Amino acid sequence: MDLLKLFIRSAFVDNMIFTFFFGMCSYLAVSKTVKTAVGLGAAVIFVLVVTIPVNYLLENYVLKEGALAWLGPEYADMDLSFLSFVMFIAVIASIVQLVEMLVEKFSPALYGALGIFLPLIAVNCAILGGALFMQQKNFGNVGEATVYGFGAGFGWFVAIVLIAAIREKIRYSNIPAPLRGVGMAFILTGLMGLAFQGFLGFNV
Amino acid sequence: MSEVAEREPLFSKKNKKLITDPLNDTNPVTIQVLGICSALAVTVQMDNAIVMSIAVLFVLVLGNVIVSLMRNIIPGKIRIIVQLVVVAALVIIVSEVLKAYVYDVSKSLSVFVGLIITNCIIMGRLEAFALSNKPWAAALDGVGNGLGYALVLVVVAFFKELLGSGTLTIPGLGKIDVLASLAESSWYDNNGLMVLPPSSLVLVAIYIWVQKSRNKKLIEQ
Repeated sequence: MDLLKLFIRSAFVDNMIFTFFFGMCSYLAVSKTVKTAVGLGAAVIFVLVVTIPVNYLLENYVLKEGALAWLGPEYADMDLSFLSFVMFIAVIASIVQLVEMLVEKFSPALYGALGIFLPLIAVNCAILGGALFMQQKNFGNVGEATVYGFGAGFGWFVAIVLIAAIREKIRYSNIPAPLRGVGMAFILTGLMGLAFQGFLGFNV
Repeated sequence: MSEVAEREPLFSKKNKKLITDPLNDTNPVTIQVLGICSALAVTVQMDNAIVMSIAVLFVLVLGNVIVSLMRNIIPGKIRIIVQLVVVAALVIIVSEVLKAYVYDVSKSLSVFVGLIITNCIIMGRLEAFALSNKPWAAALDGVGNGLGYALVLVVVAFFKELLGSGTLTIPGLGKIDVLASLAESSWYDNNGLMVLPPSSLVLVAIYIWVQKSRNKKLIEQ
C-alpha cells in the first residue's frame, strides 16, 4: 500500500515536468507528434527504472557518510558524498549505453522505435534529477527506490504524451505569429502545470 | 610561431558577435530552447537566479575552454562521457564553493546545482562549438551564452518575485521591500499565482512573445 502511495506521489504530486521542470528540453523538442512522444516517454521510464536502483545502491554502499563501513572499521567514517555528481552521471551514461546495446541485440523493433532518443537520455535532466531526489529522500530499501523511479518516469510519460496531443491539434489554430511553436508550448505547459497543482492537496 | 602575425585581434567583429548574438538572435533559452529546467525552477527569488546564472556562466566558460583544448585528443565515440566528466568535475567545484560561502542559497537551489551537469546549454555548446573551435573563441561563446541565459533568468525572476511576494532579493543588499508592505496594509494584494512553478513558463512565453515581435525574423512558421 505504501508503495502505491509512493507511486502516486512521484507520478502526479511531484510530477517531474510540471512541478520541477526536469527534462524540459527534450520535452519541448520531441513533443511535436504523439508517436515520437510515446517512444521517448517509454525510454525515460525504462532508464529511470534501471538507473535509480543502481544509484541507490551506490549511494548507500559507497558514497554516503559511513556507507563504506562494510569494508572494515577503518573506512567507517569516510564521506564520499561530494563525488555523487560524477558517480551518478557516470552510472547513467554507461547504463544508457548498455541499455542501448541490449535493446539493439534483443529487440530490434523496440530499438527502431526508440531510435535516437535512447542515447540522448543520458543528458536528460529527468534522469539525473531523479537520482538526486532519490538521494534526498532516504528511501528504506531498493524496492522503494525502484517504485520511485517508475513513478517519476510514468509522470514524465503522461506529461509528454499530453502536450504532444495538444500540440498536434493546436497546429490548426490561429495563434499570434510571435507565439507560434515554442512560445505556445510554454503557455500550454504552464496551464497544464496549474492543473497539476491541484494534485498538491492529495494527502498520500 | 609564424601564425602569430596573422592572428586576428582578440575582440574582432566576429568575436564580438559571439558574445552579442546569444543575448538576442540565438538566445539559448528562448530561441534554442536549451537549459529550460533550471531557468524555470530557480526563479522564485532574484538572488537564486543571480547565483545560478553565475554558476552556469562559470561552468560554461571553463567547460568550453577545457573541451576546446582537448578537442583534438578526445576520441569521437566516447566524447559525451568525456564532456560529462569535465562538466561534472566543474560542477562539484561550484557546488562545494556555494556550500562554503552562500549556504542559504545553495540550500534553496538544492538539486539544481547538480543539474547544471545535464543543463542542455552546456552540453549543447560543448558539442556544437567547443569541439570545433579554438579556446579563445570557445571562451567568448561561453560568456555570450552564459549571459544570454542570465538575462532571461534575471528578467523572469524580477517579475516573479516582484509580483509574487512583493520583494526583490539582491545579493549583498538583502530583501528589498517594494510592494510587500503595501500588500499588508492596503487594497493591493500579492499575486500568489506568480510564486507557483507554472507561472514562470507563462513569463518565459511572454518574454518570447515580446522578443519575437521586436525581432520578426525569429518567428517560426
